[in-house]
Amino acid sequence: MFDDFFIRALVAGIGIAFVTGPLGCFVVWRRLSYFGDTLAHSALLGVTMAYTLDLNIAISVFLISSIIALLLIQLQKRTNLPGDALLGLLAHSSLAVGLVVIGFLTFIRFDIMGLLFGDILAVTTDDLLVIWTGGALILIVLKLIWKPLLASTVNYELAEAEGLNPDRAKAIFTILMAAVIAISIKMVGLLLITGMLIIPAAMARNISDSPQKMVLFSIIGGLLSVILGLYSSLEFNTSSGPSIIAAALILFILSLFKIKQSIKLKN
Amino acid sequence: MNSNNNILVKLNNAGFRQSEKWLVEGVSLTVEKGKIVTLIGPNGSGKSTTAKIALGIYKNIEGSVEKYTTKVGYVPQKISIDWTLPIRVYDFMLLTETIEDSAIDEALSLTGVIHLKNKNLGSLSGGEFQRVLIARAISKKPELLVLDEPVQGVDYTGEIALYELIKKISDTLNCGILLISHDLHMVMTATDHVVCLNGHVCCSGSPLDVAKNNEYKALFGEKASQILTTYEHKHDHIHSDEGEIKKN
Repeated sequence: MFDDFFIRALVAGIGIAFVTGPLGCFVVWRRLSYFGDTLAHSALLGVTMAYTLDLNIAISVFLISSIIALLLIQLQKRTNLPGDALLGLLAHSSLAVGLVVIGFLTFIRFDIMGLLFGDILAVTTDDLLVIWTGGALILIVLKLIWKPLLASTVNYELAEAEGLNPDRAKAIFTILMAAVIAISIKMVGLLLITGMLIIPAAMARNISDSPQKMVLFSIIGGLLSVILGLYSSLEFNTSSGPSIIAAALILFILSLFKIKQSIKLKN
Repeated sequence: MNSNNNILVKLNNAGFRQSEKWLVEGVSLTVEKGKIVTLIGPNGSGKSTTAKIALGIYKNIEGSVEKYTTKVGYVPQKISIDWTLPIRVYDFMLLTETIEDSAIDEALSLTGVIHLKNKNLGSLSGGEFQRVLIARAISKKPELLVLDEPVQGVDYTGEIALYELIKKISDTLNCGILLISHDLHMVMTATDHVVCLNGHVCCSGSPLDVAKNNEYKALFGEKASQILTTYEHKHDHIHSDEGEIKKN
């Protein structure tokens, strides 16, 4: 069944959408889209490490992204630079270092376009295993930290005062972010992963009135984007990442009509 | 360790410093079951900071905090809900603890906002939002309630009704309350112990004692002192949320 590359890509994309949906909502709520970008850019270093040391790409990206996330937390504590400057520093320098390292690795043929924008031909059966087991793990952990994470998203002090340990939830969430980037990099490409996280969630915001509904619609939006995107990628011979994100954008634009209606109703 | 079983939280000479500036220092106070302790003081005197020290929100503090309960309800001074998060009053009630629907309805009815249950939190007025905040804090039947100016933005009649409610909750749930309030009438009628802050504890004791204290007079003026000392008549009625008068 998984012999066909397109079926593999579809199964992989569906697995990714289930995870990016709920995580993307928290990225939107907690204003972490640039943070997601930084982790995604640093993923290139992870990919080069995977090739040189012959590791699984997802695992190596996960390790590097987690290290970058920890580094960011340390830098935030020790310097006075504002958060966005630090994020930019880490995002672009890790991207640059990754590209330089690729330049040195002349003995390996890199598909740079595939890395940056995703490649449905590249998804193997091993990747499916990583995506679905990794994805299931991410969702289980997210379910466990849901209450403290949501409470501290609303108000950190309230969560802390009522004994929910928001700092721990935040640290775990950071690791989940690294993990979701690791499992979706092949499919969506490192430049577009943040789009996969925030565009379906932004679409869902326009049509939801509770956190749970927003998560649900975000997953549905992600699934539709993957299916529409992959079919058009096949049809028009475009990279998978841009096709999926473009489909997500169309859904977002459609959701704007709904919000216009509700604004009209209010007035 | 806890010699007195009624103690819920105890601050021993506690203080908090933020970038070399003391927000508050040398605060000692005890909140016991069924008692209301009120913090008063001018803006920037460290009332909210003291509450946050008691709640364990601030970690690197001077002195020590002993806390003997984990069932805490907190009404912070300020909460802003970001538009990106769609959240109804109902979802907000379940934010930190899963509670029964009946308990949610009961708490929302007590604070007079049951009709807002399915409204979006962002669409509430300031006063409505305060009522929801109080409802959320009491619905989980806490042992310790910390209320940081809980009735700000509430209309005058509603204010009195909510203070009556807070007093009632302290009696029925037998919970300890740490209250920050500007309302000197409330301080007078319901409070067991008053702590007057101005960066440090400038005086404390029963409401009458504090009112007679010279430092208190210097801080709030003679008039405030008169309000407290002359406020001696007892209410023979309570006000409902709609402002109508009910006999006790």
